[in-house]
Amino acid sequence: MQFAILNYVKPHNFADQMPENDPDGPAWGAYTKALIQAGVMVGGAALKPSHAATTLRVTDGRRDLHDGPYAETKEQLGGFYIIEVPDLDAALEWAARNPAAATGAVEVRPIMQP
Amino acid sequence: MTDDAASVTTERIARLSYGKLVAMLAVRSRDLSAAEDALGGALLRAISEWPRLGVPTNPEAWLVTVARRIDADRWRRVVTAAEGAGRWLMQEDERLTAGDFDVPDDRLRLMLICAHPAIDPDIHTALMLQVVLGIDARRIGSAFLIAPATMGQRLSRAKARIADSGLRFEMPDRSALPERIDAVLTTIYAAYTLGWDLAFIDADRSFDLVEEALWLVRLVVELAPHVAEARALLALLLFAEARREARRHPETGAFVPLSDQDTARWNNRLMAEAERLLRQAGALGGRGRFGFEAAIQAVHARRRDTGRTDWAAIEHLYRGLLSVSPTIGALIGHAVAVAEVAGARAALAHLDAIPDSRVATHQPYWVARAYLLERGGEPGGAIEAYERAIGLTEDAASRRFLAHRQSMIRG
Repeated sequence: MQFAILNYVKPHNFADQMPENDPDGPAWGAYTKALIQAGVMVGGAALKPSHAATTLRVTDGRRDLHDGPYAETKEQLGGFYIIEVPDLDAALEWAARNPAAATGAVEVRPIMQP
Repeated sequence: MTDDAASVTTERIARLSYGKLVAMLAVRSRDLSAAEDALGGALLRAISEWPRLGVPTNPEAWLVTVARRIDADRWRRVVTAAEGAGRWLMQEDERLTAGDFDVPDDRLRLMLICAHPAIDPDIHTALMLQVVLGIDARRIGSAFLIAPATMGQRLSRAKARIADSGLRFEMPDRSALPERIDAVLTTIYAAYTLGWDLAFIDADRSFDLVEEALWLVRLVVELAPHVAEARALLALLLFAEARREARRHPETGAFVPLSDQDTARWNNRLMAEAERLLRQAGALGGRGRFGFEAAIQAVHARRRDTGRTDWAAIEHLYRGLLSVSPTIGALIGHAVAVAEVAGARAALAHLDAIPDSRVATHQPYWVARAYLLERGGEPGGAIEAYERAIGLTEDAASRRFLAHRQSMIRG
C-alpha cells in the first residue's frame, strides 16, 4: 500500500534554509536515507517556505489570488514523502521517525489506488 | 461532600478496583465486553449519585450490584423467561449490599485470559491494559503506534473471540501455571519497555505506562508468590526505575548512557528492593529470561559500590540469557559485553552474524554497530552506521545525542 507522509513543520525550522543552522537539517537527510535503505521510498519533495506560496481561488469566474499559504497555521506543510509499506501500522512506524513528528506534526494518508 | 471530592473518590476507586470488578463480573458472565459496559454504566451512576448521596460504605460491592443490574437488564431484554434469574439476582443483591461482602480477586484469571495462547499475541498487552486497568483504546493506540480506530477494532475482536471460543476462565492447574504466567509477564514487560522508550518522547504517557506495568507485576507477585520469574521481572523493572533520574543530564536534559551515569543519582531504596527480589527469585529456582536480565542489571548496579563494571560476569549472563531467549535485544547486549571483554572486532563479528532482515530497521542495532565501529578504529563505517541510526530514531533527544557522537568522529 502506498501512503503519503506529510511533514508539518514549525516556521522557525523552515524560514532558515541553511541546513547547518537548522537543528533538524541533518536529521532529514538521515531519515530520507533510512527510507531508501529500507526499500520503502517511492518519492517525495521538500517545499520552499510557506511565505513563497501563492494561493488562488476562482469564484464566479473571478480569480482571487493572495500571497502566502492556503491556511495560516502554527505548523506549515514543509514537504512530503510517498512510501510503499504493507499497512497503516508500518506507515505509522515510519511517520514516528519523521523529524517533524517531534517538532510539529506528521499526517499519514493512504494514496488512492487506480 | 462536594462534587469534586466525590468525583475524586470515584476516580480513585475506579482506578484501584476497575480490574478486580471487571474480573469478578467477567469470570461469571464469560463476556468481557458486557462486563466492561456494565461496570462503565455503574461508574457513570456513581459519578452522578455519590456527590448527592455520599460514597457507600462498601463502594466495590455497590458498583458490582449496580453493574449486575445493568447486565441483568440487558439479559432480560434478550431472554424472556428471566423469572428465575431475577429471583437469583435479588438474593445476590441482598448478599452484596449486606456490607460484609468482599469482592473476590479474580484479576490473575483475567490476566491469564488476556494473555491466552489462543489470542493473537500482538494484542495481549493492549488487551490487558484495557481490561485490567481500564485504559481507553485511543491511549493504548498512541503508545503502540496503532491508529485508534484500528486498535478499538482489534480489542473488540479479541473480546469477541474470548466470548465465542469458550476459553476457560478457570485457573490452570499448578503444573501449567508458570508457563501461562510467563505470557502474562512478557505482556507486562512489553508495556514497561514501551513506557521506557517513550520517556524522552512523551513523559506523561511514559510515566503512565511505566506505573501501570509496575502495578501489574506487583499484583502478579502478590497473587502468585511462588513464581520465580514474576519476582525476577519486578526486580528487573525496579533496577531500571532506580536509574530513571540518572538517564538525563541534570542541566541539559540530554540522554546519558548507562556506563556514563552518575551512580550517586541512582535510587538506593529501589535498588535494594530489586536486589532482595532477585535473591528471592534465585531461591525459588528461577533460571528464566527475566532472572538472567535482572542478574545483568544487578551486576551493573554493583558499580555503585565497586566503581567498576564486571563485564566478564555480564558477558557470561548474556550467554545464559541467549540460551533461554535469543531476542535481538539480547544478541546486541551480548555483543556490547563481548566488546568490553574481548575487544570491538570480536563484538562486530557477533553483530555480523545476525541476519540483515532482523536488523534493517532496528535502531538499537545501528547504535551498537556505530559505537563498536568507532571503538574498532573504523570511522567511515561508524559515521555511516550513526547516519542509519539517526534516520531510524523517534525522539529528538536521542537524535541529538547520536548526531553529536557522529560529529565528534568527523572532528
